[in-house]
Amino acid sequence: MADITISHLVKTYPGATERATDDVSLDITDGDFTVLLGPSGCGKTTLLRMLAGLELPDSGSIAVGGKDVTYLPPNKRNMSMVFQSYAVFPHRKVRYNIGFGLSMAKKPKEEIDRKVAWAADLLQLGPYLDRLPAQLSGGQRQRVAVARAIVMDADVLLMDEPLSNLDALLRLNFRSELKKIVKDLKTTTVYVTHDQSEALSLGDRVAVMRKGQIAQLGDPLDVYDAPADRFVGGFIGSPPMNFIKAAVSGDGGALIVGDQRLRAPSLLQSYSSTDVLLGVRAENVAVDTQRSSGDVPGTVLVVEPMGSSILLTVEVEGQTIKVQAPPTFRTSPGATIWLTFSPNSMRFYDSETAMALVAR
Amino acid sequence: MTVDSPPAPVQLDTPARPRRIPPAVLLIAPSIVFMALLLGWPVIQGVLQAFRGDEGFTLDYITRMVEDPYFWPAVRNTLLLIAVMIPLQFVFAITMALLLRSNPRLNKVHFFVWAIPLALSDLAAGLVWLSIFNDRGYLNSVLTSLGLDSIPWLAYDNPATLFLCVLVAEVWRSTSLVLVIVVSGLQGIPKDYDEAAQVFGATFWQRLRHVTLPLLKPSLQVALILRTILAFQTFAVAQALTGQNFPLVVGETYRWYTALQNPNVAAALALVILVASMLISVFYLRALRDKGQEGTR
Ligand SMILES: Nc1ncnc2c1ncn2[C@@H]1O[C@H](COP(=O)(O)OP(=O)(O)OP(=O)(O)O)[C@@H](O)[C@H]1O
Ligand SMILES: [Mg+2]
Repeated sequence: MADITISHLVKTYPGATERATDDVSLDITDGDFTVLLGPSGCGKTTLLRMLAGLELPDSGSIAVGGKDVTYLPPNKRNMSMVFQSYAVFPHRKVRYNIGFGLSMAKKPKEEIDRKVAWAADLLQLGPYLDRLPAQLSGGQRQRVAVARAIVMDADVLLMDEPLSNLDALLRLNFRSELKKIVKDLKTTTVYVTHDQSEALSLGDRVAVMRKGQIAQLGDPLDVYDAPADRFVGGFIGSPPMNFIKAAVSGDGGALIVGDQRLRAPSLLQSYSSTDVLLGVRAENVAVDTQRSSGDVPGTVLVVEPMGSSILLTVEVEGQTIKVQAPPTFRTSPGATIWLTFSPNSMRFYDSETAMALVAR
Repeated sequence: MTVDSPPAPVQLDTPARPRRIPPAVLLIAPSIVFMALLLGWPVIQGVLQAFRGDEGFTLDYITRMVEDPYFWPAVRNTLLLIAVMIPLQFVFAITMALLLRSNPRLNKVHFFVWAIPLALSDLAAGLVWLSIFNDRGYLNSVLTSLGLDSIPWLAYDNPATLFLCVLVAEVWRSTSLVLVIVVSGLQGIPKDYDEAAQVFGATFWQRLRHVTLPLLKPSLQVALILRTILAFQTFAVAQALTGQNFPLVVGETYRWYTALQNPNVAAALALVILVASMLISVFYLRALRDKGQEGTR
């Protein structure tokens, strides 16, 4: 069993003024695939390095399988890791690099050979087994790092942006490949990325990080559908969630956006006469060239055909939002179109704290 | 990451340009002339001197050198010293460099202190150790104050302690050179490799053997060549401590030149050192060549 319990982990690098991880607590169930997602510099690598034992926290604790490992040296933790910088040994052939962990554990030669062949096959490294890392491309080197990590029978698999250096197509292929591999391995996995589509597609659970803290932890679809705050909504999704300044009417029954009145969901009953932020995803806004009931007029600013859809930048009551229209929709900049917000997909945020509003 | 990537070839010359001396040659020309005058010429002179008698080519000086009763002991002592000292120095230097890398408190100070012998002249170092090892030196004072018998460390009939004294003094004096080279080599190795090895379960010794030492090989090679060549030239420390009692090849060169006033035999001895140094360098370069990396060079 390798469930991970991280509690109140604080780390400040020597000489730094800000905390790299700020009181992070996280529970990971055995066999789960958890993705740490966040912008550059938010402390993802730091958290991963503390899990691996390469960095010691200032306070807090880490337990794996019920055993406290906070101060255990890295080689006693039975973890394996893909480094952000790959750290593929430059003086050794690919074959040796992949089998490194196994030969350190003095595994029999046939077993090493078998597993190296298996991993090389999975990651399409077969032709390069007898090359030195210097003779590989960056993406190939990164795959060597992944192969080296998956051949280990580790309790925990840590991966720091393992697909960052692959081209778009290869990344898409390896993403699903990796999902399958990890599922078969049944190893508890912590995966770091700043690519939100990768996070959503891979994770059993996604932890969105911001400035050393976990802003939201949850199922990928929940995180996408109901962001806990404005930051998460803005970080996840492409285009990011739209945030529209609005106010709740005095009786709590209507949402006022500029001169327009929309029907307010019951959640807003208790927020009468307050300013709120309306959060809505681009694909949850219906567009029409004709007016129908409950519609809001908007002026098209930019039309961007994306192939499977058309992305419109629309000005509504002085605010700019992104709207996703079906590919058959025809309009041009300057035209007036009518938008319908579906009540179920509207999310509301406090206009000051930017936190999601809850019924009260 | 890109330690081994060869530099991009710079193609300055276009076919249309008239041929002329490449700027690189012009730039290194002064130092080539300088080296030729100050090093090449004396070397040729020295070699000639070892073989040129009154009537042309002669092997007399070589014969005289080899038949001298001090010659073979000097060769033996020099080789013995090298064989014992070099491994010791590398063990010390690598240990010290690894200690420094683990970032102890005051690590800059430690490094500075350990590098001090580098700044000391070898004769001065010899004299310092003489004051320690001589019959009434510091070491014997300590022994007597502890109620032990004092030991004639530098007595001529005690070759074992003579060797020990020269060894200790030389190790103290010249290990810092290896240390400086190894430390700078270690600093050039990204920490990731060691960290990766740790995560994949390697123990300290496994990391040293499979990761650190192989990556340190270029530095070790430089240090090994330098130290071995310099060890052939060990002289002042032994001279100060033992005089004639522990002859070394360079000490013999000096004796033939000054005491015996025979520059020709001295030149023959110098030639022995030159040849030995060259052979040893070639040997190291071949022995330590990385077979795996040949393709990328
Ligand atoms: N060795 C270090 N010394 C001092 N500060 C550091 C060190 N490593 C990281 N930091 C700082 O800690 C913070 C978190 O860094 P971390 O590497 O964990 O970010 P990250 O989320 O992995 O970012 P990225 O996506 O760019 O890799 C950053 O502000 C960074 O500047
Ligand atoms: Mg990182």
